[in-house]
Amino acid sequence: MSSAKPFQLNDSDFTYDFDEEAGGFGVPYEVPAHQRTHAAPGEDEDPADHAGPSLLLRASLGMVVVGVVALLLQVSTGKLLGSWGGLLLGLVLPSVGTALYFWERYRHLSAGIKNDGVFFSGTRNRGLIGWLVGVGMTAFYVALYWFPSYLGYTPAVWDEYGMVSDVQVSGLTLLVDPLARLMTGAPADHWFAYTVLYTLAVVVFGVRMMMRYRNNPYQLIRTASVMFFQTGLAFVLPKLLKSFQQPEFYPTYFWPLKRDVLLPGDYGMNWTATEAAGQVGVWMLVFAGAMTFLATPVLTYLYGKRWYCSWVCGCGGLAETLGDPWRHLSDKSTRAWWIERIVIYSVLAVIVFLTGLLWLNHVRGGELLGGFGASLERHYGFWIGSMFAGVAGVGFYPLLGSRVWCRFGCPQAAILGILQRFLSRFRITTNGGQCISCGNCSTYCEMGIDVRAYAQRGENIVRASCVGCGVCAAVCPRGVLKLENGAGVLEEQRYTS
Amino acid sequence: MHIAILGNGITGVSAAIRLRELRPDWSITMISGESTYHYSRPALMYIYMGHMGYAETKPYEDSFWGQQRIDLVRGWVTAVDTDARRLELADGRELEYDQLLLATGAKPNKFGWPGQDLEGVQGFYSLMDLERLYRSSEGARRGVVVGGGLIGLELAEMLHSRGIAVTLLVREDSYWNNVLPDEESAMVTELIRAAGMDLRLGVELKEVLDDGTGRATAVVTSEGQRIDCQVVGLTAGVSPNKALAEAVGVPCGRGVLTDSSLRAKVPGVWAAGDCAELETPGEERNMIQQVWYTGKAQGRLAAEAMHAEAEGHALPTYDPGIWFNSAKFLDLEYQTYGQVGFHLPGEQHLVWQAPGKLLRIVHIDGRVVGFNAMGLRWRHLVCEDWIREARNVDFVLAHLEDAGFDPEFYSRHEPEMRRTFADQLAKQTEPALSGQEA
Ligand SMILES: Cc1cc2nc3c(=O)[nH]c(=O)nc-3n(C[C@H](O)[C@H](O)[C@H](O)COP(=O)(O)OP(=O)(O)OC[C@H]3O[C@@H](n4cnc5c(N)ncnc54)[C@H](O)[C@@H]3O)c2cc1C
Ligand code: SF4
Ligand code: SF4
Repeated sequence: MSSAKPFQLNDSDFTYDFDEEAGGFGVPYEVPAHQRTHAAPGEDEDPADHAGPSLLLRASLGMVVVGVVALLLQVSTGKLLGSWGGLLLGLVLPSVGTALYFWERYRHLSAGIKNDGVFFSGTRNRGLIGWLVGVGMTAFYVALYWFPSYLGYTPAVWDEYGMVSDVQVSGLTLLVDPLARLMTGAPADHWFAYTVLYTLAVVVFGVRMMMRYRNNPYQLIRTASVMFFQTGLAFVLPKLLKSFQQPEFYPTYFWPLKRDVLLPGDYGMNWTATEAAGQVGVWMLVFAGAMTFLATPVLTYLYGKRWYCSWVCGCGGLAETLGDPWRHLSDKSTRAWWIERIVIYSVLAVIVFLTGLLWLNHVRGGELLGGFGASLERHYGFWIGSMFAGVAGVGFYPLLGSRVWCRFGCPQAAILGILQRFLSRFRITTNGGQCISCGNCSTYCEMGIDVRAYAQRGENIVRASCVGCGVCAAVCPRGVLKLENGAGVLEEQRYTS
Repeated sequence: MHIAILGNGITGVSAAIRLRELRPDWSITMISGESTYHYSRPALMYIYMGHMGYAETKPYEDSFWGQQRIDLVRGWVTAVDTDARRLELADGRELEYDQLLLATGAKPNKFGWPGQDLEGVQGFYSLMDLERLYRSSEGARRGVVVGGGLIGLELAEMLHSRGIAVTLLVREDSYWNNVLPDEESAMVTELIRAAGMDLRLGVELKEVLDDGTGRATAVVTSEGQRIDCQVVGLTAGVSPNKALAEAVGVPCGRGVLTDSSLRAKVPGVWAAGDCAELETPGEERNMIQQVWYTGKAQGRLAAEAMHAEAEGHALPTYDPGIWFNSAKFLDLEYQTYGQVGFHLPGEQHLVWQAPGKLLRIVHIDGRVVGFNAMGLRWRHLVCEDWIREARNVDFVLAHLEDAGFDPEFYSRHEPEMRRTFADQLAKQTEPALSGQEA
């Protein structure tokens, strides 16, 4: 060889053996809080460094503990259950405590991206606690759909001679009963309890989301929006309507996500069935139709699918709040992208086909399908409505990320996505050559979009699945990404490379 | 034709991908001792802080390389026979090549400080360094970081994120103010202190003390003060990694010397990215560029030049274009475009500031030459256009909105900026007029 003096490698580089498959680096040792110091050496240490959690933080945790204990005691002894006092102690107290905890915890951190330690947390990375939470949430959904007695709602039992046992309400369902009576004038069932918990989750974790991104007005306004739509239009309004003997109408859900609003006859809402509901029912039907066929394409053209998926929709609302701690778990591989497209468009095809078939059957007076129609509808409801949207969609948050349903299953998202991909001004633009391929954007994209793949080539991101949550743009440390409602053609030529 | 690329950083990877686009027929091998797969070096800090795992820092799926027919070899190259065109790896493997691209990156500077090789003392550049830091920061209570640049602050932020107290020794009297203008530097200085880091300005490292077992236990500063610590980060800049090239007789200056088409001074050898020193006839100094985008651009150019040479075409030459860069200091984003902090003759500055935000326009006789944005996002391509076209400041002020890249619903500052800049501009032109009268 031509080299006169041999090239010497640094010894430690030479012996280094980084195992790429194993990921290379584990969870770090954490300095115990009492050993931490931010005082300069020689200076007196600031006692605040060792003070531990603030008073408010302790108080908020206390509220959560007292509330949960109160809840367990109520459910096990039956005491207080069903009274306003019980509701306050067992539900409101721990919820307020949790919200306060998030507020206090993030308030002291500087405003900015707070992802330190996310990948070291077992809760957030399929560690033991992560799995337990996932199994727990899944079990909750299984109970909700098929074993409601575990949630305190035992349906009435009938035999051929009449009712054997009446509806029995206990546990969680009884806990929210006073609220149900106040809002709907009727006793609570497990669905009411579910809606209450759902809304609370959106609000409480909404506080967390807002505190985490409090430097970012887009995130603040968007989170406030999903909190508002869930509380106002997906909870209070339908329940009040019910109290006025009107159909329990959810104005934030349309066909095909809420398929029954446009299904015929008995399969659907049967809008005009009752005399009393007739008038309002017609209006609701008109509204539902307008949302599906008019508002959806127009708003999606103007703003992208985000106007619905991350501003209005309750499923999206839950994913953006309760689901946020797990958003990075979405699979970014091209394989996952393939699966996504196959599955979601299949679901869309099935619901379109099903809706068409049921209408045809309806027009023909039921002769086409007979009892088969009902069975088809039931199957769709079981597999797509319950198993996919609920059990897998929410139950698996801590295992597969927060948008499993939205990404792989939701027929609404499929339609909005097609519109967004081909008929929308919305895109995420890339700031010239500033991308350093760090991967924060892809990592924190809940829809599993490999944002970096586009950004590092200076390309805009126009993807059917993007829900416009804006988190990729927020976490980008180099200011590379911007959600835009496309400008005029001229500008477009100018800003894209 | 077989191309060997030494180094799988952004430079090597950009060259490999571009080569494959141009030459489906050539075989390409990319070699690195650090990792089999390319990862994003600027993302190293996020692994340590737990924002991402190692896998998340890889910009391409592992299957990509097979699809592109780019062979990956993990190993350290210890010798090159540039006559026989053959490489030798530390484990004895040999590899023949027709053209060799050196994309070996850079190395952290060490200035011969006493104790600089003790355990617990390290630079921060590679996965090796990250692994070392993982080990040495375990149980550490204080780290001392030496050097007031970008990587120094990154390292400080990393340690801080794990609850390790940080002392930052900076030679200058304000953070990074050999690059940042005073106002920007002051903003960052304030931010570092607000985060609770112990920032020492105008202080240098004298030596690192041994605890008797070969581990660092304290540093002594130029003021003679002793600071107990368990981790010492040396982040006083980087220099081209030219050791191998030098050893095998490829001419080097500060880096591996190349012409403006990235050809090194030995047939069949090229160099690009952090390790390369481009000859720039007519200029005072040769060009060494050590950032991400320049690595990308140089890697691409090296590929195009190799292709052109093989085709017998004229070789393309490297055009550095209009400089830009960006960084994030703790929570504060920073972007720079054009020539800010270059101390050009006749340059004048317009500065707008609000809490946590700053916009600076540098102009010469009313023609813009550079922008700095802090706490604001600005559009790269717009700034580049304005600088290339040497736009008038008045034009820029009239079109400030075009350059804004902040997310939706962020408060807009343009009207206020415009007022501030107009006032400053008026003051800048006055003395010139009165000078004429005198
Ligand atoms: C911590 C850190 C943060 C940074 N952040 C930014 C930023 O935010 N923005 C920005 O623009 N730039 C940033 N940079 C600079 C940027 O990362 C570099 O400019 C860029 O990585 C250079 O790419 P390269 O391919 O030329 O070299 P490198 O990325 O250094 O790649 C060279 C590779 O060659 C390998 N190699 C060298 N010699 C041998 C040998 N003999 N045998 C086998 N393999 C060998 C090395 O191990 C290495 O893997 C940062 C750098 C660091 C260290
Ligand atoms: S987060 Fe920003 S810099 Fe990092 S890969 Fe994504 S777009 Fe590029
Ligand atoms: S690409 Fe960005 S905005 Fe779209 S879903 Fe992913 S993180 Fe949200």
